[in-house]
Amino acid sequence: MTDTPAPMPTNSRDKSRWKRFRESDFFYAFKRSPVAIISFTVVSILVLSAVCAPLIATTNPFDPATLNLMDGFTPPMEPNAFTGNTFILGTDDQGRDLYSTILYGMRISLFVGAAAVLLAMVIGITLGLISGYFGGWTETIIMRVADVQLTFPSILVAMLIFGVAKGITPVEYRDQMAIWVLILAIGLSDWVQFARVVRGATLVERNKDYVAAARLIGRSPWAIMIKHILPNALSPVLVIATISLALAIIAEATLSFLGVGAPPTQPSLGTLIRIGQGFLFSGEWWILFFPAGTLLALALSVNLLGDWLRDALNPRLR
Amino acid sequence: MSAYVKIKGLTRIFDVSKPWLNRLLERRSKAFLTAVSEVDLEIEERTTYALVGESGSGKSTIGRMLVGLLRPTAGEVEIEGVNLATETDADKIASVRSNIQMIFQDPFASLNPRWRVRDIIVEPVASKGEDTVGLAEKLLEQVGLHPSDAGKFPHEFSGGQRQRICIARALASNPRLIVCDEPTSALDVSVQAQVLNLMSDLKDDLGLTYLLITHDLTVVRHMADRIGVLYLGRLVEEADPKSLFETPKHPYTQMLLEAAPRMDGFGREVDPPQGEIPDPIDPPKGCAFHPRCPIAGDICRQERPLSRQIGNGTVACHFAE
Repeated sequence: MTDTPAPMPTNSRDKSRWKRFRESDFFYAFKRSPVAIISFTVVSILVLSAVCAPLIATTNPFDPATLNLMDGFTPPMEPNAFTGNTFILGTDDQGRDLYSTILYGMRISLFVGAAAVLLAMVIGITLGLISGYFGGWTETIIMRVADVQLTFPSILVAMLIFGVAKGITPVEYRDQMAIWVLILAIGLSDWVQFARVVRGATLVERNKDYVAAARLIGRSPWAIMIKHILPNALSPVLVIATISLALAIIAEATLSFLGVGAPPTQPSLGTLIRIGQGFLFSGEWWILFFPAGTLLALALSVNLLGDWLRDALNPRLR
Repeated sequence: MSAYVKIKGLTRIFDVSKPWLNRLLERRSKAFLTAVSEVDLEIEERTTYALVGESGSGKSTIGRMLVGLLRPTAGEVEIEGVNLATETDADKIASVRSNIQMIFQDPFASLNPRWRVRDIIVEPVASKGEDTVGLAEKLLEQVGLHPSDAGKFPHEFSGGQRQRICIARALASNPRLIVCDEPTSALDVSVQAQVLNLMSDLKDDLGLTYLLITHDLTVVRHMADRIGVLYLGRLVEEADPKSLFETPKHPYTQMLLEAAPRMDGFGREVDPPQGEIPDPIDPPKGCAFHPRCPIAGDICRQERPLSRQIGNGTVACHFAE
């Protein structure tokens, strides 16, 4: 008896929330913007195919046992001269099917990008809230560190962190740890803008009376920061996170291209581009072209989506 | 009756200096702003004490010190016989604090826009881990809103309704003292009366004590049992409403009353208040009011007047009788 009515309100609330979303300005702006629709579609397709890579890939490029060196350098859509196998997007120097490798590589690129942005967000939001709320010396120290870090190109910071982390991990774990070290390096190089944005929003919010109302009933600074201020500071963070995701994907590709990122046994898009550029001038263009094209589509559409989101959420641009 | 709140020599000085690097480069010394200076006042239980004064006179600062949002630089605040500055028993302080609530001036900034009304109202109780079932609905009804409003967000309400929500939140923890910091100055005139009536009804029903901070003299006249007039952080006159409005003693109070609009005064010549409130960082010597005072003499430029008992009230003026 008591069980049955309980789910009803949540159900109807969810429905009305979906309906509210359908009727919101945000959805209207989305419907009216072809750039948003196209980039959202491209991102969705790429992310979905990366997630479903084991289902739609023809081979597993991470499993050396399935590779046949005789399949190497097969051009796209042409049978291999020795084995007669055909590959949609051709193969690389070790006979890996590029189509499957790109799907799996995109997985690594997206995972590293998303995890790095998440790490940067957690660090940036925490430090931004603390420096904005407490002010004083805490703020001075945190924001000066941020300023100093901004004077270095972030890829340089990432390489530095990557090098240090690699130096302290034992040799036998290096290949396994490479992905995590990559996440750490990109995440730590990217927290500054989150901290700055959150600090700015916190400075505005902490002087509002609802914060005073929470303070006078004796709520702790942490409760105020997380429950009161953070929800009101999140919408600019969302925009930065989207744009950072594109940057993090590119940063991962750059690091891998420079040879300090994902190992050749687990190639990301950047590693594939590095492999491909070695054969560009000998006529095997496809090894470079397809991973680079995928990276371009991914980064461009995430970036465009982030730009659109920034405009859509900014009331002054409406 | 015993005094519920006793304030003695309350002083608050703000450090408004530039950062030390700028001070070093521009060779400036530290700058201090005295917002509140040596204020003594007592609030009887179940009464309304009104603080009036121009903007910058320090009335909000007193309210914020009373509820504990600001620390006094000097002086004592004693509530329910507990001196909040010297008391060491944390439980005692917490129990006194939970009897004090505040209503803010701007009903648009004092409600968290991302929280539902229910969560906003019950927060003072819920944060102590107490049971809140049905509390928000009961309080909403008490302040004249509909219980089903509990599930809405603040932006779905008008200014007056939001101020009612603020009152509901202030009532949630069963306080005895509510500090009202200009509770109606952001509202339309028609809504002001409704909110003020609600406040005085609640005062009678629940036995509340109010510290009413305002610059609106008509509000004060109808609500207050005792009035304190502030000028530049100092209490210049204190009296009950009748004697203050009929026989104001301090020249500043007289000036304020002259400037206030009156229903019977259509077409009358209004003397606008002369001059402006002086710079609190560098206040005038002697009586702070002397640059604007029509009756100031030499002694006013030299010596600060002390509060004297005259009739029912106290006045800080050399020439008041």
